[in-house]
Formats: sequence, C-alpha cells, structure tokens
Amino acid sequence: MLKTLKEISQSALAILIFMAPMLSDAEVTFDRILNASNEPENWLTYNGGYNSQRFSILDQVNQTNVEKLKLQWTLQNQVFGAWQSNPIVADGIMYVTERPNTVIALDAVTGGVFWKYRYDPSPEATVCCGANNRGVAILGDKVFMGTLDARLIAIDRITGVPLWNVEVGDVELAYSVTMAPLVVKNNVLVGVGGGEYGIRGYVAAYDADTGKEVWKTYTIPAPGEANHDSWEGDDWEHGGAPVWITGSYDSELNLTYWGVGNPGPDWNAGQRPGDNLYSDSVLALDADTGELQWHFQFTPNDAYDYDSVQVPVLADITFNDQLKKVMMWANRNGYFYVLDRTNGDFLQGKPYVRVNWSSGLDENGRPIPTPQPDGMPTFPGNQGGTNWYPPSFSPRTELFYFSAWQDYATIYKPVEQEYTPGRAFLGGGFSVLAPAPGAPTIGIGRTSPINNWTNEVGHASLKAMDPRTGEAVWSYDQFDVSDSGMLTTGSDLLFTGGREGYFHAIDARNGELRWKANLGGQIVMAPITYMAGGVQYISVISGHALFTFSLPQ
Amino acid sequence: MNIFKIQRSYIRFKKMLPGLLFFMTNPALAQDSGDHQYTTEAIQSGYTVYSQQCVLCHGRQGDTVDGIDLKNGLFRGARSDSELEAIILNGAAEGRMPAFDLLESELNSVIAYIRAGFDPDGASVSIGDPARGKELFNGKGGCSDCHRVAGYGPRTAPDLSYIGAIRTPASLERNIVDPASALLPINRPIRLITRYEETVIGRRLNEDTYTIQLVDSNGRLRSFRKSDLVTFEISQEPSKLPTALPEDEVADLVAYLLTLTGL
Repeated sequence: MLKTLKEISQSALAILIFMAPMLSDAEVTFDRILNASNEPENWLTYNGGYNSQRFSILDQVNQTNVEKLKLQWTLQNQVFGAWQSNPIVADGIMYVTERPNTVIALDAVTGGVFWKYRYDPSPEATVCCGANNRGVAILGDKVFMGTLDARLIAIDRITGVPLWNVEVGDVELAYSVTMAPLVVKNNVLVGVGGGEYGIRGYVAAYDADTGKEVWKTYTIPAPGEANHDSWEGDDWEHGGAPVWITGSYDSELNLTYWGVGNPGPDWNAGQRPGDNLYSDSVLALDADTGELQWHFQFTPNDAYDYDSVQVPVLADITFNDQLKKVMMWANRNGYFYVLDRTNGDFLQGKPYVRVNWSSGLDENGRPIPTPQPDGMPTFPGNQGGTNWYPPSFSPRTELFYFSAWQDYATIYKPVEQEYTPGRAFLGGGFSVLAPAPGAPTIGIGRTSPINNWTNEVGHASLKAMDPRTGEAVWSYDQFDVSDSGMLTTGSDLLFTGGREGYFHAIDARNGELRWKANLGGQIVMAPITYMAGGVQYISVISGHALFTFSLPQ
Repeated sequence: MNIFKIQRSYIRFKKMLPGLLFFMTNPALAQDSGDHQYTTEAIQSGYTVYSQQCVLCHGRQGDTVDGIDLKNGLFRGARSDSELEAIILNGAAEGRMPAFDLLESELNSVIAYIRAGFDPDGASVSIGDPARGKELFNGKGGCSDCHRVAGYGPRTAPDLSYIGAIRTPASLERNIVDPASALLPINRPIRLITRYEETVIGRRLNEDTYTIQLVDSNGRLRSFRKSDLVTFEISQEPSKLPTALPEDEVADLVAYLLTLTGL
C-alpha cells in the first residue's frame, strides 16, 4: 500500500531527527583530534591526543570516591594471547582490536557490540613476538587498522565494512604492522615491524580517502643520503630499525615524532660496524612530506636490542628557567631523557635503573659504552629498563610516569649470522640472569597465575620522574614486572596495572595507593578514560577481558 | 582457523633458531610478549623422552646418525616443527627412522628439547642404580624426612612425585650435593609473623605484590595478605645441607629420582 507523501515525509523526518546526533557526531575531524583535550569525554587517539600525555582532565572519579569504583561491563576476548590493544572512544562508541586483526565497535556505556570486522592476515605473516595489534586510528567516518601481513585497511566506522586495503610492506620479507596508526590532517601514518627479520624500516603516510601512498621515509638512509656512512657495505639493506609504536605530533612545528627500533642482527653489533643510524633513535618527520627534520640516537651500534620504540611524550615546561617545548623519553636502554623537540637538542639524561652497558652520557647525550665481558650480565636486560608501554605526563603534577623493570639483567651471546630474506636475523642469543641454574625466569608475557621466578630476576617499579631534575620523585614497586602503560586524570589519579593483574589507582602526587582490584590477568596495555551520559568511565584490558569501571550509578 | 595460521608463523620463527635457542632460555625479543616459546619444563621433560626414545640411534649429543646433528639443528628433511613432528610420528629415510607413537605432550617436549639445543647441563652426570637409590631416599639419605613421593611422606619440602620428568640429571645432582646453589628462588624457606602474633614457617608456593601463598610446616595451604604481616623473612639458605653421601650413592639417588615421573 502506498504511503501518502505526508506519511513518508513524516517518517523521513522522524528518522532524520533520530539520526541527527549520530550524523553530526559521525565526523571525527582532524580539528577535533587536534583539540582532543577540549573533549575529554572522548579518547580519540592511541595516547588520547597528539602530545601523547595520556592525561585526561576528567575528575568525576577522585581521590576520595575512587574506592567506590564499580565494574560496569566486561568484553571477553575470543582469542588467546597477550591483549595489547588500546581502545579509542568517539561519541559513546568504543573501537578496540582483537588478535590478530579484528575490530570491534561497541557501546561504551553497556559493552553491547554493534559490529565486528575480521581480517584474516596471510599465513605468510611473520612476527617475532605474537600476533599483536595495538588498536585503530579514527578520522571522519572511518577507522584504520594495520595488519600482521603489513597492510593498512580503512573501515566504515558505522557499518564495519572495509573501504580500502593497501599494502604497506612485503609480507614475504617479514614486514608487519602491529601499531595503531596515527592520523594527521588527511593522512594515515604507520610504521613497520620486522626488526628481527632484517627488514629496512620506514614510516609511510596514506591518503585517508583512497589509501594512496603520500610519502614514505626510510629509517635507514640509502647511499647518497646523510648518515648513510653510519653503516658499512650492504648492512643498511637489512639493518632493521623498525617502527612499531604510534608516534606523536606537534601541530605548531608540523612535526611527527617516531621512535625507531633495534638494528639487525639484534645481538651482534660487531657484524654491523658504525652507529647504524637511525636505529634506536627518535625521528622528527615533516607531517606533510615525511622529510627528516632532525634525529637523536639513544643507543649507537646497539648490541642489546634496546629498541627506542617508546612513545614520544610532548609537553611545554619550564626547564632551566626557560619555557621549553620538550620531549620526555624513558628509554629501553635505562636512561631517562629530556630533549628539545624543536631541534632534537639533548637537554638532560640520567639512568633510572642500574645501567652497566654504559658509564654515562656525554654533553650531547651520547652514551659512553662499557660493554660487559663475555658471560657477564648486562643491566638493563634484553626487555630493557622499560619498553613500548605508554607513559603518562600530568600537566598538573608535571611528573612523567612509566613502568620500569628493576634488577633485571641478561647475558648476551653474539653469533655471526648471514642475512636470509624473510628469516630471523638475530645474530646470537641471550639468557636472563637467574639466581640458580635452570631456575625459571621472566618470560615475555605472563601465562601462569603462579610466579615461580620471583622478584629475584626482576620486578616492576612505577616511577614518577621530575623532568627538570631527571630524578624519580617517588616510585611504586610490584613483585612481578609490569608491561602496563599509564593514565593520569584531572583529580591527580594515576591508573596502571601489571602482570599480576592488579589494577591500581594511585595518588599521582605522592605514590600512595588509593584503590586496587584484582582482575586476574596480565595488564599489558594502558587504561583509558572517557565520559558518556555524564558518567566518567575507566577501561582497562586484563588477561582476555576488557573491564570498564565507573562510580555506582 | 585464523589462530592456526598465525601459529604457523610462530613456528616459522622457531625454525630459524636452531643452535641459537641453545643459549636462549628465554627468547624474548624486541617486541615483547610471545606466548610461544619453549618452556623450561618442556625442555626438561623432553630430555626424558629423548633419553627413552631417541638416544639409542641419535646418541647423547644427537650427532651419531650421519648427516644429522639434532643438538645443532642440522636435520635431513625437516625444517619446521610440524615437519619434525611428522617425521617422528611417521618415520623417515625408508624405515631407517621408525615411526614413534608418542603422546602429544611427549612430542612437543622432545621437539622443545631438540630445538633448545639439548640441555648443556644434562651430559656428564653419572646415573646409578634406581633401586639402591630408592633405599637411600627412604633411609640414610634422609630425603623422605621432608619430601613426599606418590602420596607418602611429609609436605614440608617440594613433592617429588614427578621430579624426574621436570628436572635434568644435572639439576638433580646439584640439588643433592650443593643445594644452596641449586635452590630455586620460590623454594626458599620463609618465616612470617602475623599481626595476630602467629608465627608461620613454610615453603612459598606463590607470591605477588600484596599476597603470599604457602604450605606451612603442618602441611596446610595458607594464604596471607602482606598487609597483615608484621614480619616476613625469606632465607637465602636452603633448609637442607649438602649431602654426606659418597659419589656412587648420589648417582643411585639421581637414578631413582629420574624414575619419578608422576602418574
């Protein structure tokens, strides 16, 4: 039966009215991401904003009421393995990825799932350390995911349908993408993993509408380019230097910042003489062209796998009585750095854990190497003083927070190794220093509720660093190590986890524990916070579940 | 299905490491977290399987068959773990390598043992007579004063019912002759006093930042919040002294312990 024109127009109007908030919200513009701190109800990038501070001004949950936090909903993962994904939240909708390459869109208030998009990466996909994916980026009506087989996929964020799917790297040569992409203007930026397989790393930008490559900047200079002479022979062609953690962006300088991973082969530095630039460095790349503006190398000719893939944390602080645009960096090599992010100048660097591979930093921040004799332990060990887990900087406390591994060491054994395309290119092996032969040691991720290695092989120390002094103002220790990132809030609460599965709320000013919950599985990502319907939520992934808390409603 | 595919890529990773894993008790790489490494337990129980099934032809060092050096990752036909599995289960070389009907756990552990380049500690330990070792265990060796086996004995020290499946001969020998250097950190004796003035002596089973689980000197499972403890001491010294038994009797004891492989 035909409807009258009036009926049709009425129902269309009704739909329009119903849809109106969603239509207006559907566009997550670059401008919104740029000003993400103005809309703390959302969590629009991997680290909550371009400065990667992981700080939210939300303060409904505060020092007093935090002990009343109540579980509101749980999303159970359907896949085993360390769940390292970082959710983003836009206008009440959360987007989170699952191993290896599935995106889930859900209601951030109830946990109800709208859609699920599953991409099956090629069986040729090769990764060293698990089928990880650390999350999506959002722009306009799309979300973007990198894949284990080194592709980048744009997905309609309302329907969950893929819109384009382009190659980022050659899966046959063991390129992969595990990081959450970074959207800047109308480009989607990603780096590649594969530092254990002799890749040549890069960061590349793709047009958000079409997936067409806009620029690509290698992390190892080719012959004729500056600093190519930091390599010998053809070592540069398979020298690693991957980029597997999301970078940061300074819109005033129009620079994106990227942490670069280890040179290859990992543990045989003698096989690749030279500084091996830009491995273990931070790169400042022009956001529009990818052109390298400056670099700073933390660990030249690295023999210890000290990836510098930590998140570049940006802030404007008073340093030596001057307002400075700084970048704070607790590096895997055991030193905490403060750099001038306009030009890469070294402002300060001090060890935050025991360091014996180097006796200190010179006035330019270059480490003075003190390699340990054969068979002797190197501090910090192979997983580093810290690793990829995102830190936080609170502009309220002006402290920088991160997870450190204390009293943890490794004995390295370099071995000469030929490069074979697509195959592991490690150049040796290592063992974790343990108190008795054959004693259990810290694994790369925790798979048992029993800790039989104990704190004698290493333990977590959450450190609150004053960037002005480079010293820890306070620290909070755990019995096991921690791969948990950080979140700070406008009520000076610091949320973080650890491998033991405890979710902590700590007073960010003094390190006093305010609340904890035993969630029972390793927390290997960072918490986020957002607001919907006037309620502040805090989400964290522990083990195989995503838990979302708020005050009782 | 997807997971299966991804696991293949882990296997691909593993196959690239022959000889390297020899050194890598913990192959944690640049990115972190992989849940697919060979565990120490698997490598150690693989030793048992290898000793029972493989050593006759392949030899203690894995190099007695021409063109094959298992310890150093030199195989004839196999490259991946799944290919190794197929060869062990189906046989190879026109019947010169017979098919072995192994349990999945045995198969996995023996592959772990091979891929781990064998346990370098496992080679030079003398292994005596298990029957004499059993007598020593229950008699003048004094082991059964603290250790429990197959449902008999006290629970104050670790239950040894399956110790032969999870430890190498070298590790067992070291535990007997030099317990201080062999004691695993988790087994260090502990003493605590609660705020209710109870003193508890026991052996740690597990610990985290806020709690501890133990078996006390009365053989009870106890769990404490650290915030309830006034004193919490962990002794660096084991509760047993180096054995006074002569070498040949230590060898007998090791032989007996190796027979303890659980149910």
